Amino acid sequence: MNPFSSSTRLRDMIRSIRACKTAAEERGVVRKECADIRASINENDPHDRHRNLAKLMFIHMLGYPTHFGQMECLKLIASPGFPEKRIGYLGLMLLLDERQEVLMLVTNSLKQDLNHTNQYVVGLALCALGNICSAEMARDLAPEVERLIQFRDPNIRKKAALCSTRIVRKVPDLAENFINAASSLLKEKHHGVLITGVQLCYELCTINDEALEFFRKKCTEGLIKTLRDITNSAYQPEYDVAGITDPFLHIRLLKLLRVLGHGDADASDLMTDILAQVATKTESNKNAGNAVLYECVETIMAIEDTSSLRVLAINILGRFLSNRDNNIRYVALNMLMKAIAFDDQAVQRHRVTILECVKDPDASIRKRALELVSLLVNENNVKQLTKELTDYLEISDEDFKEDLSAKICSIVEKFSPEKIWYIDQMLKVLSEAGKFVKDDVWHALIVVISNASELHGYTVRALYKAVLTYSEQETLVRVAIWCIGEYGDLLVNNVGMLGIEDPITVTECDAVDVVEDAITRHNSDMTTKAMALVALLKLSSRFPSISERIKDVILKQKGSLLLEMQQRAIEFNSIVERHKNIRWSSLVERMPVLDEATFNVRRAGSLPASVSTMAKPSVSIPNGVSAAPLVDLLDLGSDDILAAPSSSSGADFLQDLLGVDLGSSSAQSGATPAPKAGTDLLLDILSIGTPSPAQNSTSAIDLLSTADMNNNSSTALDTLSSSAPPHIATTASAGGMFDLLDGLSPSPSKEATNGPAYPPIVAYESSSLKIEFTFSKPSGNPQTTNVEATFINISPNTFTDFVFQAAVPKFLQLHLDPASSNTLPANGGKVTQNLRVTNSQHGKKSLVMRMRIGYKVNGKDVLEEGQINNFPRGL
Amino acid sequence: MIHFVLLVSRQGKVRLTKWYSPYTQKERSKVIRELSGVILNRGPKLCNFVEWRGYKVVYKRYASLYFCMCIDAEDNELEVLEIIHHYVEILDRYFGSVCELDLIFHFHKAYYILDELLIAGELQESSKKTVARIISAQDQMVEAAKEEAGSISYIIAQTT
Repeated sequence: MNPFSSSTRLRDMIRSIRACKTAAEERGVVRKECADIRASINENDPHDRHRNLAKLMFIHMLGYPTHFGQMECLKLIASPGFPEKRIGYLGLMLLLDERQEVLMLVTNSLKQDLNHTNQYVVGLALCALGNICSAEMARDLAPEVERLIQFRDPNIRKKAALCSTRIVRKVPDLAENFINAASSLLKEKHHGVLITGVQLCYELCTINDEALEFFRKKCTEGLIKTLRDITNSAYQPEYDVAGITDPFLHIRLLKLLRVLGHGDADASDLMTDILAQVATKTESNKNAGNAVLYECVETIMAIEDTSSLRVLAINILGRFLSNRDNNIRYVALNMLMKAIAFDDQAVQRHRVTILECVKDPDASIRKRALELVSLLVNENNVKQLTKELTDYLEISDEDFKEDLSAKICSIVEKFSPEKIWYIDQMLKVLSEAGKFVKDDVWHALIVVISNASELHGYTVRALYKAVLTYSEQETLVRVAIWCIGEYGDLLVNNVGMLGIEDPITVTECDAVDVVEDAITRHNSDMTTKAMALVALLKLSSRFPSISERIKDVILKQKGSLLLEMQQRAIEFNSIVERHKNIRWSSLVERMPVLDEATFNVRRAGSLPASVSTMAKPSVSIPNGVSAAPLVDLLDLGSDDILAAPSSSSGADFLQDLLGVDLGSSSAQSGATPAPKAGTDLLLDILSIGTPSPAQNSTSAIDLLSTADMNNNSSTALDTLSSSAPPHIATTASAGGMFDLLDGLSPSPSKEATNGPAYPPIVAYESSSLKIEFTFSKPSGNPQTTNVEATFINISPNTFTDFVFQAAVPKFLQLHLDPASSNTLPANGGKVTQNLRVTNSQHGKKSLVMRMRIGYKVNGKDVLEEGQINNFPRGL
Repeated sequence: MIHFVLLVSRQGKVRLTKWYSPYTQKERSKVIRELSGVILNRGPKLCNFVEWRGYKVVYKRYASLYFCMCIDAEDNELEVLEIIHHYVEILDRYFGSVCELDLIFHFHKAYYILDELLIAGELQESSKKTVARIISAQDQMVEAAKEEAGSISYIIAQTT
């Protein structure tokens, strides 16, 4: 602009940047230019502003920071000339976004420009406002924009209309103000104004129900007429695209008719004819025509039932599906997903074609087709479809396997007609894509296997065979070693042969080989190794003849770099060594059948770091001496696993049961490495070590810390472990354990003396429920807080199935004990539950907790949620 | 609604970006990196749609340039292809058989044209002629201002 200016021209800067051969060189040039621009900005010379901003925009596009130019935009916008304003607004839209506070400074300039005498200046302001306005600006400037919708020039009217769509999106309250103005635009002849007007009406209808009613009553017929006119109009070169007059207008009209017809039979009726006409007459050999047809199909499917039209729509989709153009096939798959809702049969007819699309080389199409297939599955075709998908799993791309296997798993889980089929399919998936399978899927498989007692033999043999071939699939290996550990005897003895099986001969050594292989392989991860270790322990009792060999394998893990493995290896080793002396076989007997319902509940609600305790009295199944505490342990242990963020989830309780806690290996020092006597040993395995101050509550199994906080029971434990002779892993100890479990609620009086007193709080209060927390600290451990939660029903109805769930941030660890009951009687009924919170940032951060309470009132589910921020400081 | 428009060259160089939804600078460069990685690696025969973070990205290649528009999952993908083509045709008419260099050296012009085509992520004008007319009217205003500024009397007035 200024011939005397010294700075380089925009063109020259772009040239020199393009001439750079390396990124470093480019950075150098940009740095120099930025320095010049900054200098020039500081000089505040209005002549270079224009050029500086243009350069900055280019630099910005290359990804360099340009915030220092933001104020220049504002200055340019505020200057009187059109060229300055033009580039200023461009810079504003490019360099700023609606969240920057600088933007507020421009509101005044915008207001002036919206009232400018030059329509192009008004246009610039509208465009900028429409592209980046924030809610605040929308509120401030809405009256101006509303007025401009009636402006004489169509160029301004259409810009104002789109600007209004942005405004009502940002501030839905303003929608009412625009209804009248928008309806006036629908009568326009100018296509630009009409398109934007229809768009504005569409936006208003989706935001505001009143608007929807208004347009439905007043405008439906007019819109249908407009659509008819444009469909039947003669060739108009200005708007023609591939033989169709203004497909953009077509599409917007159809879209608006869709919302007007949806849920209203009368309006739907009115538009039937024109929709049929568009659906039949539109040329489908070019993309523009297909775009219109696509929109028309969507409208037909969304409006109220007109079955003849729907047949037409499904036929169009069928044609789309067999089209050679990938784009058309993609949208067909997309639409068929919606069509399933009202005509499943028609879509099922295309099943073969859709299955072919799952195998398409195009990832986008594959993904759509897979979604569609999973919707097509029902009880009748599940076997056939699953077979197709699993067959394809073998040959599919690696990066597609994850999606595909996840879908197969969910299909199989949902529709499996019988357990054996479920197990078979899961084995196939695990064999082909085991490394992509999510944890909860194989956990679910184990739960199902555990429940299918007649299939244990079959499953373990099938897994054994599979793992020999696919030993690189981590999750397959895990499931296999779990099953071999549990059902190893069935594997070797061919117990429970099904008619369909070929008999195989597996020696005890072969079975141990598989597990040994898993534990020694360098790329097995910690979880697999830990599971293998437990399996070995179990096998040592199943296969007494080779227990020496098993002991050796276990012993090798003494040198493991993982502390947990090392420790367990030593413990297990001494168990195996002594197993002839003690009647410990009940300890490594089969897992009790895992409760499917509990697992599913947990799986459904398994948020990271959340604890869900079923608020029921702890179950005790008197089916054996140590089995009852085992079951209890199982419950507690698994809950804790959910609470410890580093452990995966659900089925880890298998390892937990035996004290192999992966999540908190270093923190847990509960079990003494060298057991002294048989009883100690047993207690150790169950992680009920003699209480020591070092034990802290991160340990997986909470009987330990229960002992810590409840002096009564820990005394009981002390007496127990010191006095009980080795053979007494029977009634006496069992009784002790029951005591331990029963005495879970610590006596408040004792707690109060343990540390500084904290005032009780009302953690939550609603119209029906009140929650109070009382706090206490165990002595010697300031990080831990024991919370006694009291739930009080203040409504006149009884709550049943009461469940309290809580989640805490990462720096906290939370353990929930079972609640005292799951029923809250009406009018002041109480339930208590103990929580233990460990604050790893004690003294720095205070406690915070989010909770969810579910219960039933008169058979209806009620869910309450809340966040507790009012914990006393210093907890 | 169109959330953003992206022009990327085959080498992955950004030629134009326009954001109709708020993205911070950091997110913007992440989006660009992510998408150009996906789109540039797709084969020529595949469909023009990519599903991405719950949105769809419709792209089309013209010579060495990829034109990408990100839309909501329920929007009409085929129509967006037409919008891209519409834009390209207008550019072509404006520059006279447009090439990548035109868009590099006159990037601001490409933005001006886009602003006459889309506002708030919605189509504003379906007539190429109308867009061309409005753009040239504004260009003329700029030219007129330039001439005035370049006139000797103006320079004298400024320097004295």
